[in-house]
Amino acid sequence: MNTFSGGLHLKYNKESTEFKPIKELPSPQRVVIPLQQNLGCPNDPLVKVGDEVYEGQKIGDSPKFVSAPVHASISGKVTKIEKLPNPCGFDVASVVIEAGGGAKGSVMHNAKTLEELTPDEIRRIVREAGIVGMGGATFPTHVKLTPPAGKLIDTLIINGCECEPYITADHRLMLERADDIIFGSLALAKAVGAQNILIGVEDNKKDAVGALSTSDEKHHLGKNSPIKIVEVETKYPQGGEKQLIKTLLDREVPSGKLPLEVGAVVNNVGTAAAVAAAIKHGTPLIKRVLTVTGPGMKERHNFLVRIGTSFEEVLKHSEGLMEDASRIVMGGPMMGLAVSSLDLPVVKGTTCLLVFNRKEARIYEEKDCIRCGRCIKHCPAGLMPNFLSDYVKLKDWEKVEEYHVADCIECGCCSYVCPSRIFLVQYFKAAKRELQVRKAVCQ
Amino acid sequence: MPMTFDVSSSPHIRSPEDTRFMMWWVAIALLFPLAAAVYFFGLQALLLTMVVTITAVVSEALFQLLAKRPISILDGSAVVTGLLLALVLPPTLPYWMGAIGAIAAMVLVKGLFGGLGFNIFNPALAARAILLASWPVAMTTWTRPFDALTTATPLFLDKMGQATPGYLDLFLGNRAGSLGETSVLMILIGAGILFWKKIIDWPAPAAYLGTVGILALILGRDPLFALLSGGLMIGAFFMATDYVTAPVTTQGRFIFGMGCGIMTILIRFYGGFPEGVNYSILFMNILTPLIDKYARPRLFGGKRG
Repeated sequence: MNTFSGGLHLKYNKESTEFKPIKELPSPQRVVIPLQQNLGCPNDPLVKVGDEVYEGQKIGDSPKFVSAPVHASISGKVTKIEKLPNPCGFDVASVVIEAGGGAKGSVMHNAKTLEELTPDEIRRIVREAGIVGMGGATFPTHVKLTPPAGKLIDTLIINGCECEPYITADHRLMLERADDIIFGSLALAKAVGAQNILIGVEDNKKDAVGALSTSDEKHHLGKNSPIKIVEVETKYPQGGEKQLIKTLLDREVPSGKLPLEVGAVVNNVGTAAAVAAAIKHGTPLIKRVLTVTGPGMKERHNFLVRIGTSFEEVLKHSEGLMEDASRIVMGGPMMGLAVSSLDLPVVKGTTCLLVFNRKEARIYEEKDCIRCGRCIKHCPAGLMPNFLSDYVKLKDWEKVEEYHVADCIECGCCSYVCPSRIFLVQYFKAAKRELQVRKAVCQ
Repeated sequence: MPMTFDVSSSPHIRSPEDTRFMMWWVAIALLFPLAAAVYFFGLQALLLTMVVTITAVVSEALFQLLAKRPISILDGSAVVTGLLLALVLPPTLPYWMGAIGAIAAMVLVKGLFGGLGFNIFNPALAARAILLASWPVAMTTWTRPFDALTTATPLFLDKMGQATPGYLDLFLGNRAGSLGETSVLMILIGAGILFWKKIIDWPAPAAYLGTVGILALILGRDPLFALLSGGLMIGAFFMATDYVTAPVTTQGRFIFGMGCGIMTILIRFYGGFPEGVNYSILFMNILTPLIDKYARPRLFGGKRG
């Protein structure tokens, strides 16, 4: 089996939710829709306080290319537009909608079939639906679907790895919405002109491989299907974009470049499903599947949640927190963001709410490096985290760049294996930001 | 229900294998060559090992107390250094000399350079070199297993052109030598545990042993004898794999092992001493920062070759 070098075999802890069907939560009384939920540029509000809005109405948009509009996830009245706490850690301008009343109106339905749609029309639908990378990275999908002139994309990769422990949202999606994922994949491939579609799924989700292989949509394609479903090794971070390309195509995205450099575009299974919903039903991205799990939760579930629902409300539907809950993570244990409060909205990139107790998410004391080399051995990017962190601590920015901090994918393998508990990834995140600021200042 | 929560940077989970875990497994692995030492050289081997190990732990603790550093003896590294030093000493060495070696290892070689992670030389081997320079006679007085009669080591016999013990005796450890170096079998069992626990990896020992074997063959000597005699096995598996004083990458460790092999052969065949493992590894310790600078892993998406 092909794979990338480095990485880790982790304890996956998926058993408690992988067999639980996705449950849709009732519509909340109040939602907070941050005007920026994507990597790139923020949106301007299209509504003002007091406006009545309908479910699916576009309430924020931007003229900038690298952006994705946001939509009202419930019908109701806009009661506030102001900077509010956001899971990303700082306050973001957000639209607050209280349920009740609401304007009449509904989302525009696209009348054409996939065969009739042109790549441009697909891109427009994807953009208008506000679709971003649903694996958590939240890069606007229509941008990915717009390769620069002269770049040929031969392969669309659909990422069904879900390599982070605990999370099962994509797994359930593959089991329950296989048809949408296949349909969405065809649409995404058409938009970029890719002849081949590879759906990579880690081999700890064989039932998902089965569901995708036997789906009606796949069946319709018959023998000449461009879609291949490939089981890949269960190894963290298999779902890393560059790692998955290496595994599936044996191509290495050059340092500092994008996947399209090697003729590939990667999208998450959740993104494919969202694209299918947008094309088939005109549904914008106002709901997403997330996993509520972890040793600090009374119950564990996969929920379909409206964007803007507060964490507290979501956790309430899972019987709330255990007494010893000490850390709330949005995302997985390896790359997720720890948040300090529950008064935060679910956003497009919320794959999981993971609640730890202090036994599972300990607070570590950093010791001196003993040069064991484990961080180097497990780094999927081929870095030397031990020396890199030394240079960050010394603020030797030239050396930090020479040791390729920009190639760090922040997967956390180095910090995980470090026997001295050095906060390696934390240093690299800080260093990247520092270098960005330095560049901006110098220009 | 607490309404505020811990925040910290990802990852939020860590491997259970911390420094302490690794060091104590190395200590466990070293019990096998120690058992062979006690079997062949009697109770004095055990007593010398205990004196050296306890002195190592106590002197590290005292040094850290005086230097106002956190006391880190529970991490197991002082125990490992003590055991390693004891295992490369002659069985009849006076206990007080062993104790001085332990103090030299922990204070001179390790503590003064900044403690675990910062020492340039392998503390056990550097301390052994200090003892050898200080008490050359006591440090080269070898005894036969079981009856404790003074005799020469196989490598010395070989250098003098005399008959050497057979392969089986060399493999089992039934020959004169340092406490823990004689039984290749027990060293391999200990090393096997460390491979199983993924605490050491193959590049340094494989390159070291391979280089010695191949060079011996090329130079017309008996490669099997070269591999089984002297301190090569304990050096290759327990000293050349020392995290702190050997390179950090796979390629670096391979180069380090090859360098150790070349130096060992040069000293053994052309130098004044019968054995060269100790100085070879210390010499390569000096080159470790240089190797680390150039033997880097291949960047994902970087240029090939």
